[in-house]
Formats: sequence, structure tokens, C-alpha cells
Amino acid sequence: MTTKSSSKRTSVCVALCGSGGAGVMTAGNLLLEAAAQAGWYGLMVRSSGPQIRGGEAAALMRIATHPIDCLDDRFDALVAVDWQNIHRFADEVPLDGASLVVGDPDQGEAPEVYTKTGARAVKLPLKQMAKAIPGSWPNMVVLGFAAGLLGIPADKVKAVVAQSLKKGAEQLPASLAAIEAGRTAAAGEGDALALAAPAPVTSRRWLITGNQAAGFGAIRGGVRFVAAYPITPATELLEYMAPALPQVGGVLVQAEDELASINMIIGASYGGVPALTATAGPGLSLMTEALGLAVAAEVPIVVVDVMRGGPSTGIPAKSEQSDVSIALWGLHGDAPRLVLAPNSIPDCLTTTQWAVHLAEALQAPAIVLSDQFFGQARTVTDRPEDTGVVAERLVAPAGAEGYKRYAVTESGVSPMAIPGTPGLAYTADGLEHSERGIPSSGSAEHRTQLAKRERKLAAHDYGAQWADIEGDGEIAVVTFGSCTGAAREAIARARAEGVNARLVSMRLLAPARPKLLAAALEGVDRVLVVEQNHGGQFLRYLRAEFELPGAVRSYRHPGPLPIRPEEVHWQITEWSRA
Amino acid sequence: MNDVKDEMRPGAALQPAAFKSDYKPIWCPGCGDFSVLSAFTKAFATVGKKPEEVAVVSGIGCSSRIPAYLTSYGFHGVHGRALAAATGLKVARPDLTVVVAGGDGDGYSIGGNHFLHACRRNVDMTYVVMDNHVYGMTKGQPSPTTEPDWQSKLSPSGTGLRVFHPLVVALAAGANFVARAFSGDPNGVAAILAEAIRHPGFSFVEVLSPCVTFRPEQRNWKQAVHPAPVEPTNDPAQAARRILTDDGFNVGILYRGDRMVYAPPVGKGKKKPADLERGFEV
Repeated sequence: MTTKSSSKRTSVCVALCGSGGAGVMTAGNLLLEAAAQAGWYGLMVRSSGPQIRGGEAAALMRIATHPIDCLDDRFDALVAVDWQNIHRFADEVPLDGASLVVGDPDQGEAPEVYTKTGARAVKLPLKQMAKAIPGSWPNMVVLGFAAGLLGIPADKVKAVVAQSLKKGAEQLPASLAAIEAGRTAAAGEGDALALAAPAPVTSRRWLITGNQAAGFGAIRGGVRFVAAYPITPATELLEYMAPALPQVGGVLVQAEDELASINMIIGASYGGVPALTATAGPGLSLMTEALGLAVAAEVPIVVVDVMRGGPSTGIPAKSEQSDVSIALWGLHGDAPRLVLAPNSIPDCLTTTQWAVHLAEALQAPAIVLSDQFFGQARTVTDRPEDTGVVAERLVAPAGAEGYKRYAVTESGVSPMAIPGTPGLAYTADGLEHSERGIPSSGSAEHRTQLAKRERKLAAHDYGAQWADIEGDGEIAVVTFGSCTGAAREAIARARAEGVNARLVSMRLLAPARPKLLAAALEGVDRVLVVEQNHGGQFLRYLRAEFELPGAVRSYRHPGPLPIRPEEVHWQITEWSRA
Repeated sequence: MNDVKDEMRPGAALQPAAFKSDYKPIWCPGCGDFSVLSAFTKAFATVGKKPEEVAVVSGIGCSSRIPAYLTSYGFHGVHGRALAAATGLKVARPDLTVVVAGGDGDGYSIGGNHFLHACRRNVDMTYVVMDNHVYGMTKGQPSPTTEPDWQSKLSPSGTGLRVFHPLVVALAAGANFVARAFSGDPNGVAAILAEAIRHPGFSFVEVLSPCVTFRPEQRNWKQAVHPAPVEPTNDPAQAARRILTDDGFNVGILYRGDRMVYAPPVGKGKKKPADLERGFEV
């Protein structure tokens, strides 16, 4: 738990809520930017109702002195622009007796679901305050109030607001006055939520969403063709790529459906251009047939799956790690594929870049399991270094004698002829084929090609980045993806209380590396598997493909609620006493 | 023997034989697709391409087997998605000549949505459908172009469904070149195909190609076809009227448009990935 002593807060969580159009996302983004300017780290998670426009919205903010990868267990304050449907966020914004629930008394009482937690109601007459300043808006009062509570310097807030109003400079004085009014009101609340001063900034810092990070990682890795079909919550990745790709000589095509988008990237990659698409569960379901084509025809592609609640249309705008099974098992035939999972927002960049490299090097499809939490959350992060890992395809040189596209090699990777190369014309085929690529239904060729395709993935050295392994101890938390932040924080709390636990966050899910996991779990006698889905899909995979030492427990629940640090911490401490 | 010398001279047009492969087609004797295969090789020679400059993309079905029977780059993908794969290939590699081949089931049924959007998108490629009004590879089921009263194991009383009209659909959806050909006249197919390849944008060539195994009555197509009695038009309304009112055996180039071709520039942007980082800086 975070400490509550005055002026010592290293981390504060604030939820800004309001109905659609109330401007809470704008206020949240500006608060995050001001905090970043002042040298703090931070995270803003977007939550909204199902309405396209006009629904309730919440910016779930955490500002801290150190890098953070998850929200905290509770919120220190909820600041509402209005109360319209704000009760719907009650599960996502847990309050307690030390929390504040701030809102406009002229718009009614704070919903009971919040006040019954014991949170202290603070009256902030937003409408009156905004009305007193012609041309201002309540959300700017909220911004000023929140910045005041957290102790974010006024000049930083004003600077980011001025920057954002570049094109509407005439609105600036009113906005600044509203911010000042909010700040003055917050002064009455003392400095209980004031953040400790940030350490001097020595690194280059970025403000980035997981969707942007994955898109930019793909560009760093060499992707120059993207086919796009819009789907929540992956759309922003594609929208980032649309203007970015042409600047580096690439192109994005909007496809008529996901069947087309994946086949388009296969076509582009067959033509020699590293290619990617991004989707969510429903799109991934449609893409499974062509993923198998990429396996059989050995065409490198990358599919970023920004996971959301499923099955079917599920819960489109909320996070869940429930596409594990379809990613790992969801193709017909024996179809080895790469499945990778970034474990932080900046790692969306690094892991997608790595996925491009692996797909290209191994001439296979790679699925990157991001999720809505990563994709749509915006964070302050140290600039992710360029790992320099780029697409390097084994290409057949012109004039090779007796060229065989699917030649059986020791590594399993065969030189690929790029259309345009004289003398190597061949047909890439989803039918089982001979080494030359000629369709074949013979047993020997089927076995040889199946083994080759399996070998090229199995024999590859994936290096240390296959997982993040931290700490020691006989209890290990084995997890992946967006649960990693909560698990890491839980382990740190346990360690502070004298309980040692180990973190294994798997970045490479497939192909399975049982020996690497066994080495990571050396000396472990209790394994806690943490994941955000109902059925324990990750646990089932671990059970099927890996040897887990000692006792195994599963801690899981589905979205939309995140796995919070305290949930994992409780599991660790409770088990450590057993 | 001059042919051989010509082939060895750089820049000289190749002979059709240069585009043949040594693999024996799986098609039934008498299948119309043999002639279409030979027309492909003639058309490629006519337009003066080299095997490495051509990519033939297909889906699944009897006619979709054609890439393996050609010496050119080939891509034999999944059922119905050839146009999507070809679109990705051509947009990423505008230097290649991309030809898509398939059948009526592949193109009009499972691939119907891609057909509409390929016409509409108007990427510079050529789509050849070998239409025999039947699923042959699965041994005789009705396709979208099968007559409503045609009986089969899967449609014991016929489908009772209107036939799909690919030419008028292609025209309405935005194809830039629309033609009908008949496999019984390989030189005619080759000539139309060469025109289709040369014409910018999405060219659609419907080739009536009999299935003598499951639709033996299609042998009579030879007597039914006749050359289109008119010159190609660039007026879609006129073309539509012709196509809708002809007898379905009117062979020739029916529409030659000047619609805007989709060709986003590739390779023009010269920035380095690092140049894009500024947008993320605090």
C-alpha cells in the first residue's frame, strides 16, 4: 500500500470522471503532460461506456516518482465534472475512508456507491466557478484542482495548456483562470495528496500509448506495409501507422475486412516487404485460416492482437487476456507459430520490434498479444532504446542453380526468392508441397515439411529476452503481459515485508521453451500463475507444455477489472505462511 | 530456332514457351483451363514481360492451380482471398505485373466481398475468372453462376437462385476494364488478356471455360459464343446496357474505362524511424 504521510507520497491515483463531452480525457491528458514536464512518471488509463459519443468517461490517473506499469489498488480521489452515470465506474475506481470524492453540489450528491466507502465528499461548485469566468469550462477547473491536490506546479500546467491551445489562443486566459480557480480550491485540502518532488530528470522521456509504441516498434523493426481494418481497441495502432508509414517509405491500405487485411500483408510480404496488421479477438478469429497459410507457405507476417473482453463481440473497450488459447492453439493442422507478449507499455515497442525480426528471420507468422490496457493507456516512460533488431530475411541470390524454395536445411529456414529475381520463379503454396514448392500429398514430403517448419522455430536461440526474470525466493509468480506490472509491484511489497518472491514474466509464449522456464524456476517450490481471464488459459498452456516445480496455484479473474497489485500480494503472503 | 537466339538477347520479347512449367496439370482431359493456361503464356510474351516480372496469384479450385503450371512467380493461397493477397503484393511491389486467376466459386462466392472491393479499389492488376458455373474440385456443386434449375447431389431440386452477373457487378463496383472471353479460342483469350494487362487499373476478364466432367453440356458453348458486335466503350452506362441485354456469350472487350487508379506511393518517404521519435518526446 502507498504511504499517506504528508508530502511523502511517491504515488497518487486520481480518477477524473464525467459524461461524454465533459472533457475529462482532455483534462487527464493535460495533467499527465504537466506531470511529465515536471519530472514525474505517470499513467493514464482510459475507461468509457459503450456509447460512441456522449457516454460516461473516466481518465484513471496514476502519477508517481518512479516508472509505473499499473494502476494502484485504490484511488486517492475521484474528481467528477458531473455525476451522469458515474456510478458505473464504481468497480474500476475503488475508494476508501482516506479517499476524496470531489464534485459539484449543484449537480447533485455524490453517488452512494462512492460515499458508502467512507470517502470524504468535497464540494466543488464547478459550474458556478466556470460560469464566473466567461469562456472557461468546468474540466479546466477540475484540471487545476487535481494538479493542486498533487502539487504539480502551476507553470507546468499552464505551459501544457498553452501548448494544447495553440490554435485557440483566445481561449487561453479563461482556461488559465479556471485552472487557477481549481488550484485555489484544492489548497483548502492541504497537502495530503501532494507528491514527493521528482528526482532530477536525467533520461529522455516519452509520452506514449501502447498502440503507438507497438506501431513505432514495427517501424523500427522494418515494417513498411500495413493492412488495416478498424476494430476497438486496435484502431489507434493503425491510425498511428497511416501517416507514419509514408514518411519512411511505407504504405497502409485499408482492407474490406480482416480476411482481406491478413491476406494483403501475406501478399506484400511474399513480395519482400515486411508487413503487419493489428486487430482484436474477433479479427484474430477471422485471420486464423490465413495465419495457417503464412505457416505453410512460410511467409513472414506480424499480427498485433490488442486483446479485449471476449468471446464474440464481448466487451470491446475493456481489457482482458483471453486470446491466449486462440493465439497458441487456434490454427488447423500442425502449425508452429510465434506468440509474443509485451509486458509494459514501452515494451509494446520492444516486443513488436522483436516480433518483426523473428517473423522475418524464421519466415513464420508472429502474433503479438497486447491488450486494451496497454493499447489505450498513455504513460510517461524513459525512451525505449532502439535494440537495433530489424527484419533480416534469408533471401535467395539471383541465378541460384536448381532453386528449391522449401529446401530442407539444418536450421529449417530456406532461402526465399523475392519476386523480380531472375531464375528463381517459384509458387508459394498453402498446399503441402515438395522442396521445390510443387503440391504434394505424399507422406514423406508432408513429414519432412512439417518437421522443417517445427524445427526452424524450435532450434532458434531466442536469447535472454524470452522472459523478464527478477528476484529469487521459493515462490515464483509466473505471468505475462499486462499482469506483469501488478505482479512486480506485489513482489516488491512482499519483499519489503521480508517475503522473497520471484517474477517470471514470459515474453515468448510460443514456441514453448520448457528448459528455459525450468532454469528460471530453479529452487522454486510454489508457482503462482497470474492471468486476467476466466478459464486459466495461460495456466492450461503451462500445464501442457512445461514442467512446473512443486505446487501450482492459479490466480485469475476476467476483465474488465485489472489484476491489482494487492490481489497478487495477498496471494504471495498468504501462501508464504502455508 | 531463331526463337532461342531471341530469348538470349537481353531485352528481346520471350516466346510463350518461356512461361510454361514442366508440371502436368491435374485438370481433366478436355477442361477449358488448358487453353486459358496457354493463353496466359501467349499474353505474357505479347506484353513483353520476363517470368520474374510476373506474379500470378490464385485461391483454391481447379483453375486456381494455374500458377504452378506457369514459369513466373506464383502465389497459391487460400480459398477466396487471392484478390486480397494480390492487392497487398501489387501495392507493395508496383513494379510487378500481377495477374489473379481463379474460378467462379472462389471469386464470386467465398471471395465475393473481395471482388467488389478489388473493383472499387482499382489497383493496377488483372483478374481472370475461369467460369464454368460449377464447383469442380469438390465434384459438382452449384456456384453463384449456376443456373437455378441445375440439379446436383447438393441441390437435388436446383438452387432456385438467380445467377450472379459478374460483368455488370464488376462494372458497377468500379472495375476499369471488363471483358468476356471463351477458352475455346485461346488466341482470342490471349489477345484480350494482353489488353487487360496493359490497361491501367483493375481489369476483369471473365473466361467461359467449360467443365466437361460436371457440365458436359458446356461443350455446346463453342457454338453459342460470338464476337461482340460493338467497339469497347468508356461509358459505363452504355457498357452496362450491353452487358445486361446480351445473351451471355458475347465475347470481347466490353468496357475500357479511365477511372482513377489506386497506387499509393511506396519508397518515396525518406525519413529514418528515429526521425519519428520527436512526436513522443515530453
